[in-house]
Amino acid sequence: MSALATLIPETTTAGGFLLVLALVLPLAGVFAALILGGCNARRVAMLTIPLGLALAVAIGVELVQTGQTVIYLLGGWAPPLGIALRADGLSAAMLLTTTVVLLGVALFARDDFETPENLREARAPFMFWTLLMAVWGALNAVFLAGDLFTLYVALELLTFAGVPLVSLEGHSETLRAALRYLLFALLGSVLYMLGAVLLYGAYGTLDIAILAERVRPGMLCFAAVALMTVGLLAKTALFPLHLWLPPAHAGAPAAASAVLSALVVKGSWFLVVRLWFDVMPGVVTFSAAQLLGGLGSAAIVVGSVVALRQERLKLLVAYSTMAQIGYLFLMFPLAFDVSGNGPVHGFALAGGLLQVISHATAKAGMFMAAGLIYAALGHDRIADLAGVARTMPITVLAFALAGLALMGVVPSGAYLAKKLLLDAADGSGQWWWTIVLQGGAVFTAGYVVLVLASVLRRRSEPLLLVSRVSRLSELVALALSAGSLLLALAALGPVPGEFVSSSFAPKEMGVLLVVFLGGSLLASGLSRRSLLGAAGANAGVMRRIAAGVGESFELADGVIRRWQFASISLLMLAILFGGALVWGAPPS
Amino acid sequence: MSATTLFGLCGALLVGVGIYGLVVNPQPLRKILSFNLIGSGVFLLFGVVARRGAALGMGGDPVPQALVITGIVVAFSATALAVALLLRLHDASGTASLTTKESPEPSDT
Repeated sequence: MSALATLIPETTTAGGFLLVLALVLPLAGVFAALILGGCNARRVAMLTIPLGLALAVAIGVELVQTGQTVIYLLGGWAPPLGIALRADGLSAAMLLTTTVVLLGVALFARDDFETPENLREARAPFMFWTLLMAVWGALNAVFLAGDLFTLYVALELLTFAGVPLVSLEGHSETLRAALRYLLFALLGSVLYMLGAVLLYGAYGTLDIAILAERVRPGMLCFAAVALMTVGLLAKTALFPLHLWLPPAHAGAPAAASAVLSALVVKGSWFLVVRLWFDVMPGVVTFSAAQLLGGLGSAAIVVGSVVALRQERLKLLVAYSTMAQIGYLFLMFPLAFDVSGNGPVHGFALAGGLLQVISHATAKAGMFMAAGLIYAALGHDRIADLAGVARTMPITVLAFALAGLALMGVVPSGAYLAKKLLLDAADGSGQWWWTIVLQGGAVFTAGYVVLVLASVLRRRSEPLLLVSRVSRLSELVALALSAGSLLLALAALGPVPGEFVSSSFAPKEMGVLLVVFLGGSLLASGLSRRSLLGAAGANAGVMRRIAAGVGESFELADGVIRRWQFASISLLMLAILFGGALVWGAPPS
Repeated sequence: MSATTLFGLCGALLVGVGIYGLVVNPQPLRKILSFNLIGSGVFLLFGVVARRGAALGMGGDPVPQALVITGIVVAFSATALAVALLLRLHDASGTASLTTKESPEPSDT
């Protein structure tokens, strides 16, 4: 992280070639798939992704053994003339998460995207496997690139690979969702580029490490940070810029939704982290971070409540992604100190990183489970899911475990992340984020309980299945969800043990009980139907008021997701961020 | 007014016109063209930035020129992808609108 700045002048480190391999491997896969064509695309992906996993592990081992950032200078030219690839702890963790999730997605989609035997080539499978490797290559470039322009190109590649994944099925609704996604993402990326141009104009370099030494707070720098931040937020779909996310993530095939939701939105999030903590630690201010955290909190509340109002499972999961993206931005204010100038990190960064990893795995598992239910029943209307738990126990278990992991039940990654962030909130004297962190779990519990109540309901007549789902796919979904739920145990090494208590400690059980009760209350109040499926005719006044609240949230979301509203919010946010940077800057 | 300021103002104007078009015009094709306008404005600004190199007795700083070329390629690919999606949308639904007919705003079904 901050060690980056002290590494000038740099040289290629011993393990540097690994970074080049991590970039070349997925792209070589894309080209091989394009040349070999047809059914070979799947074979190429199945071959390269495990290799990539080994590579990601090797980069992690190299990083831990040397204890230094792994660097590769392209062509031996040092920045600012040349371009550097760098991998620090953050990059290595993201690389590893990406390959693990991609491996899961590849196994999950093995049967779904199989070229039919009587054909030499089918469009959907061929495109899916090629785009999967393209997304992977673009993400690796985002994690490893060392300068703002290469990052711009990598982000664009990520969008270009992600957008066609949305419209793989080619219905007009999904095409429309893909086009909205692309156009809004382009607006975001052009603002990012404008910021990068301004920085080059002022400092004569785009290299992250060199910029970090040269930047000084000033109007130009504030404008650049504000433009780049909102541009990236548009691509991450943070509230109120989420207009494209629900239809795009809900309309894509399950395997593609898992990639989009678990990985693609994290690419631009990662870049915000890089920008704020690596490039601009001396420029970003406490008040700008508060604004970012505030947007995150709004995303949690609005996303969760609108998720409760959905009638289709995949849309519910898509809105849950919108809420979870909000969580990822809570680490920004917590990395600051109320009194201090500039970020102080503490455990907040580690907490945020852990949250991303646990969300990536849990959300991939959740989307897979939702997709399996859709495939088996031929629909995903939440109201008609009774009896599913009996017929598809593994899938429902995967969904439940993913839900628990997102709620932050011990020993999930989200639990440890919450502990770290709560610690940071205490340490930096920002008690108000404690409320958001604790309350967020209740909202998450709401929509998880809603779905579970529906699938666990008894069904009088036998459930008719449209198709059989593959056992492998079910197990992959389960493995990813369970992995997220057990993540805290894996993270115990780097994190002090006092943060993790036993799952059955009275305090944890008490919290869990409160979260579940609160969630059930929310679900029964705000959802369209009463939780237990009883007739809603004798609804009380409270229930009617709650329904009204839910409805107004839904209406508000509809307005916010209008194109004009969202793009004007984007510009307003740029101005707000600029203002927060100017007024929050320490007097010089 | 120096040439640099003039070019800078032109760039700002292009970005402004492009953002206006992107926000208010409902037609996707116009939005794509507006995106290209914003892109041109940014590239023009980058070109102006390259003039900094002239102070050192060079014709200009070569780095922004290389980056602008890359940027143009990226913007071109983006335009091609957007137009291709738009054509597919027109084929599939008969209209080239970002909003559905039944509701003024897209429904999520």
